[in-house]
Amino acid sequence: MEQLLLLIFLPLVGAIITAFTGKLAKIVSTVFAVASLGLTLFIACSFIPDASTQFEANLPWIADLGIRFHAGIDGISMLVVLLTNLLVPIIILSSYKHDYKNPAAFYALILFMQCGLLLVFTAMDAFLFYIGWEAALIPIYFICAIWGGKDRIRINMKFFVYTIAGSLFMLMGIIYLYLQNPAHNFDLQAFYALNLNADQQGWIFWAFFIAFAIKMPIFPFHTWQPDTYTAAPTQGTMLLSGIMLKMGIYGLIRWLLPIVPHGVQEWGNLAIILSIIGIVYASLIAFTQKDAKRLVAYSSIAHVGLISAGIFALNQQGMQGAMVQMLSHGINVVGLFFVLDIIFSRLKTNKIEELGGIAKSAPQLAIVFLIIVLGTVALPGTNGFIGEFLLLMGVYNYSIWAAAIAGLTIIFGAVYMLRMYQNIMLGKTNSLTITFTDIKGTEKLVLYIICVLIIVLGVYPKPLLHLTEASVQHLLEQVNQKLKQ
Amino acid sequence: MNIIITISITAFLVLYAGLFKANKALLPLTVVGLLTALGFTFCAWNGNAVHYGMMQTDNFALAFSAVCIVGTLLIFLLTQNYFHSKSDNIAEYYTLILFALAGMIMMVSYKNMAMLFVGLEIMSVSLYILAGIRKKDFASNEASLKYFLMGAFSTGFLLFGITLIYGATGSFDLDKIQAYLVANPQAVSPIFYPGVILMMIGLSFKIGAAPFHFWTPDVYEGSPSLITTFMSTVVKTAGFAAFLRLFAGAFAPLHDFWVVPLIVIVCLTLFIGNVTALFQKNFKRMLAYSSISHAGYLLFSLIVLSKNSENNVLVYATAYTFASIIAFAVLILVKQKTGSDSFESFNGLGKKNPLVALSLTIAMLSLAGIPLTAGFIGKYLMFLNVMGEYQTLLVAFAILNALVGFYYYFKVIVAMWFKDGGEVELSTPAQYKVVLLLSVVITIVLGIYPAIILNLI
Repeated sequence: MEQLLLLIFLPLVGAIITAFTGKLAKIVSTVFAVASLGLTLFIACSFIPDASTQFEANLPWIADLGIRFHAGIDGISMLVVLLTNLLVPIIILSSYKHDYKNPAAFYALILFMQCGLLLVFTAMDAFLFYIGWEAALIPIYFICAIWGGKDRIRINMKFFVYTIAGSLFMLMGIIYLYLQNPAHNFDLQAFYALNLNADQQGWIFWAFFIAFAIKMPIFPFHTWQPDTYTAAPTQGTMLLSGIMLKMGIYGLIRWLLPIVPHGVQEWGNLAIILSIIGIVYASLIAFTQKDAKRLVAYSSIAHVGLISAGIFALNQQGMQGAMVQMLSHGINVVGLFFVLDIIFSRLKTNKIEELGGIAKSAPQLAIVFLIIVLGTVALPGTNGFIGEFLLLMGVYNYSIWAAAIAGLTIIFGAVYMLRMYQNIMLGKTNSLTITFTDIKGTEKLVLYIICVLIIVLGVYPKPLLHLTEASVQHLLEQVNQKLKQ
Repeated sequence: MNIIITISITAFLVLYAGLFKANKALLPLTVVGLLTALGFTFCAWNGNAVHYGMMQTDNFALAFSAVCIVGTLLIFLLTQNYFHSKSDNIAEYYTLILFALAGMIMMVSYKNMAMLFVGLEIMSVSLYILAGIRKKDFASNEASLKYFLMGAFSTGFLLFGITLIYGATGSFDLDKIQAYLVANPQAVSPIFYPGVILMMIGLSFKIGAAPFHFWTPDVYEGSPSLITTFMSTVVKTAGFAAFLRLFAGAFAPLHDFWVVPLIVIVCLTLFIGNVTALFQKNFKRMLAYSSISHAGYLLFSLIVLSKNSENNVLVYATAYTFASIIAFAVLILVKQKTGSDSFESFNGLGKKNPLVALSLTIAMLSLAGIPLTAGFIGKYLMFLNVMGEYQTLLVAFAILNALVGFYYYFKVIVAMWFKDGGEVELSTPAQYKVVLLLSVVITIVLGIYPAIILNLI
């Protein structure tokens, strides 16, 4: 219990201290982020990979309203907690070359967001989950709107109102479940045990699904995403794409499936269809993008679409694939955005046609970028492969056609990603790219860490699969049992 | 009883201090007086005493009295240098505010409808003068006249309502009225119903609920900012308490009857307040309209009467009062420097004055209802209460309105942090710092650990 509380609140303490450190903020925030990572690794090592919830903290909070500070870690949570605390130090390190004005606020907000994310990923009380959900949103809104690029105010307002609209209806759903619960509390297990009729399940499904679909985003709730990703500062984009969208996926698995399985059964087909449409649509648009950052943003929609299709397929492979792919996608997309940020910081452009031949002047960048791209297009031997393979298998078990369409688009994905790589890194150098200097210092460190992760997880994913297996199985059993009733 | 006496005596002492030009003694005297009154509210806690059949200091009354007194205290702390620059006769300001407060204490603790009327008038007459206290300012004169005409008009409604109810029940006493309703559930006198509606209209005027809200924006904008602060926070809270005491208490058995017009008022208030606030270019006017929409959220608690209704209003009113005090305090500071209260004058405020801007940000987040602030807990309790009877559509409507609210509350956040501007450096007097700090702490603490206030009443 103490470990978990320390894990959740260490970033918060870090945020408060960082806020008062002025120019030292970079170093101080790194110390806290690395300390969180160390603590997470320690917790992961003492974690027993069965279906149980461990390190549980269950403290009274607002007793009159049935709200408790109830958090714990099972296999599914462990994976996303690992992802969060792994990526935050990487993201902070990746900002070392930047000189953001008012750094103390910048890094404090990142750590504050980390705390919100950890609350979301460990909460076992719906109210706590909601608090974390919003506590993660506010800092990222400020990060994107203060340090973002052109037209950031309008774009981020859209992003903010979109997400908060979704979450307010989720709050309504949560209140409804609370009222249905005879014990009048927000406990996750009590919500699992509720007996709702098909009608109620349908409504609750939509109340939750829209909130999660906006966050991920699933077609047609994605319209905020490309603009926001493009206008945000790179670290903001990384936080959004690497970690924040996993809040939506995690929410689907933890809160949607087990609470309203009949709702999922009724509407899951539609969700899969939307996901598949999203994959095709985003891939087609990614093809035509001239800006590399936008291209990656759209490819991210396609990847997330596949993950959500895998989850709604409601089988072990799909779910396990989603778990692995959450981690892989987080690592890869952060790597991609970092490479594009390196290019942008030197050449002041991310337009694909203005670039070319960077590999000649920056061979090291060329290699790491290639590895990250290969990981993204799911080449066997990289981390992306395991996840996508399992996801496709899951979708295949659900429907051959869905798998066929989704599979085709993965090939598309390979085409546009590799074409982007080719146009940026290979070919003739032009007057702009000839001045390019290779990566060094923290850039090297970050990209090497990412590449090592991509290859190691690709070659030996077993510990990862083992970590989540029991929990996923338990969750599916729970869902199937409720469906049989 | 002690509370009203203390406040009234303080008011007279202040008036005498003004007579002898002891301007330096005014603030300390007032603060001591108010703290004493606050002390009496704590002493009377759980006492539930009835005073001459006219007033009842139950916990409801005491809790709202405490909120009103603390709010007034904070507003007095904001007076530093404020009145001095505007007028020579500053003792009048102090006295009038204190008399208004005495009226409000009656409004939150009446047991007899005559006391409601007396309290309301003591408060209103003081406010009419306060609104127009800048004699040479045209807007201030207009505000005062408008407020007076509208106020007199609404008092007419209220009195007529009281008369009809007296005609039906033969009593002004709240308990007797309730007993009458309980005793004759099927045979309530037909003149009772118009009485209820007229009283609802009269009180809706006072709290500025739509469609009886037309006076609010002009009066709030025309009055001196500090008086506007007072009117939109403390006065509003007291008005609500009076509303609640009547409708959740005496008229509760007739809930099925008056809930229909109430829902209409709530929906109109939410919609008109929010949508009009959206189009304001002036921060002060935006706050005026947003105060209308908050009246809508507060009335929400009456749609479903439960044992928590009263406490919910207390939480919401507290959250709203402290957030508004922050907003107006910063507005006064900005206006002193830039001479304008448009959104543009907030541009770039965060760069030179991060702490002031941070306080205002927290206040806006609280007014918008973002988690971890008191405003969220307030809204949450309101929604929870109405969801309790599964009025899902109403809650959905309120949620859509809350979304609109985000737009205009974030306008000022956007201006402060994301826009480049005049780089004004505010001079923040120590008393302002105290008020801002105290209000921010209350807002955050109630947002994180609301348990301290949840079971007060």
